[in-house]
Amino acid sequence: MTLESITRFLAEDSSPFELKGSLFTLTVMHLRRTDWDAVAYHLAQKVRQAPGFFNNIPVVVDLQALSPDATVDFGELWNLLRRQGMVPVGVRNGASQLQTAAVRAGFAVLPENRALTPKPNDQAVSAVAKHNKIIHQPIRSGQQVYAPDGDLILLGPISVGAEVLADGNIHVYGTLRGRALAGVKGDIEARIFCTNLEAELVSIAGRYRTIEELEPENRDTPVQLYLSEDRLIISPLPK
Amino acid sequence: MARVIVVTSGKGGVGKTTTSASFATGLAQRGYKTAVIDFDVGLRNLDLIMGCERRVVYDFVNVINREANLNQALIKDKRVENLYILPASQTRDKEALSHEGVERIFEELQQNDFEYVVCDSPAGIERGALMALYFADEALIVTNPEVSSVRDSDRILGILASKSRRAEQGDEPVKEHLVLSRYAPIRATNGDMLTVDDVVEILSIPLLGVIPDSQSVLQSSNAGVPIVLDETSDAGQAYADLVGRFLGEDLPHRFLTPEKKNFFKRLFKGN
Repeated sequence: MTLESITRFLAEDSSPFELKGSLFTLTVMHLRRTDWDAVAYHLAQKVRQAPGFFNNIPVVVDLQALSPDATVDFGELWNLLRRQGMVPVGVRNGASQLQTAAVRAGFAVLPENRALTPKPNDQAVSAVAKHNKIIHQPIRSGQQVYAPDGDLILLGPISVGAEVLADGNIHVYGTLRGRALAGVKGDIEARIFCTNLEAELVSIAGRYRTIEELEPENRDTPVQLYLSEDRLIISPLPK
Repeated sequence: MARVIVVTSGKGGVGKTTTSASFATGLAQRGYKTAVIDFDVGLRNLDLIMGCERRVVYDFVNVINREANLNQALIKDKRVENLYILPASQTRDKEALSHEGVERIFEELQQNDFEYVVCDSPAGIERGALMALYFADEALIVTNPEVSSVRDSDRILGILASKSRRAEQGDEPVKEHLVLSRYAPIRATNGDMLTVDDVVEILSIPLLGVIPDSQSVLQSSNAGVPIVLDETSDAGQAYADLVGRFLGEDLPHRFLTPEKKNFFKRLFKGN
């Protein structure tokens, strides 16, 4: 039977059942050791604390904490869970040979925990959720502005004695005379952009630099500051 | 509605009291009913500059504590119609300035048809200065052309933008004006002093007036005559221009460039 004919067959009204995907919350048992006596003892304790709660509940066993070359008697584990009234349904994580042994004992294999294997588009999602802050007024001596979880965009000058901080980048469309600290939570990719740099101190992800004398090529011109091999680089913005 | 204008700077000795006296006198000369209040409780000076130190009976703190009423404490100027001075107390300190008390005085001035109330702020960023600027609608930021004065002015601008009543209530911000005093064009040109453009660029607020550094300011202070009343002095003329500009007149800034001829002429005249 081809896949196409199976789906057609299943879709027919005459079918005695329907297969549908659904999401469930399952109890997960994170197995740390395979000392069955200890497991049985602690499991019985748990069940005594809340009798009824564990009755016939499906349980997934997480094998993450077990060493890959451990030998696990999954039949014994199955019996142990059943004795406490639980219904073992499957395993997840763990080495492939452990999973194979589990399948042989009648367990299903569930997909890996998503949190342990972050997907590349997780990062894209957090970029969209940034909280950028735009300030239109000058930042005066003694004032401090912080943009948590995002970029700080400043449309006025930053005076000597003022401090601007951001978890992300800092953009200054004026003269930067005070202190600017980008990536304060450690983002080494953060940058500082500024139309006129006369800052007292600049910092990216904690790598700071005071500016007593600026190189001639960076004077009176828009510049960017970034980290390269742990060094804070100042360079003119491309025209 | 009485407009409340604070004259402030952060730094001491830059010319706040001189500016307060001449600014208030200039407004009154032009027919506006004006009161000028000395907020420098404990270091009273305004009465000296205004030449009314021998007429002080009750003061600001007496009115706050209801030991006298406002009309008893206000000193009417002898030279200029419409001008009243509320002197500070010399025997008290800034803790005597209560929020409610100061607010009540502003309300009473309002009821007495005052059009302008000029608040002469003490130096610093402590209670006295904060009380002087709290109720302000506009601010004259007095700055000298040197870096420490400019930085302190910048600090006080930040405080105006965050701690004034307008800022706290989310109203339109306090209107800021720059007054650059003790300006010596020849020294600015030589690079000994910041230039007008430097200061305006750093503080980024509109320039209301530049007061040239002048011997006549000291002389008139000692004589108890606000310099604006001395029409022969350049500083007096600069203050008169400043008042005109504040009231919306379009007057060019004068005394910005060194005038060698005049400089020597004045030197030999001993003016």
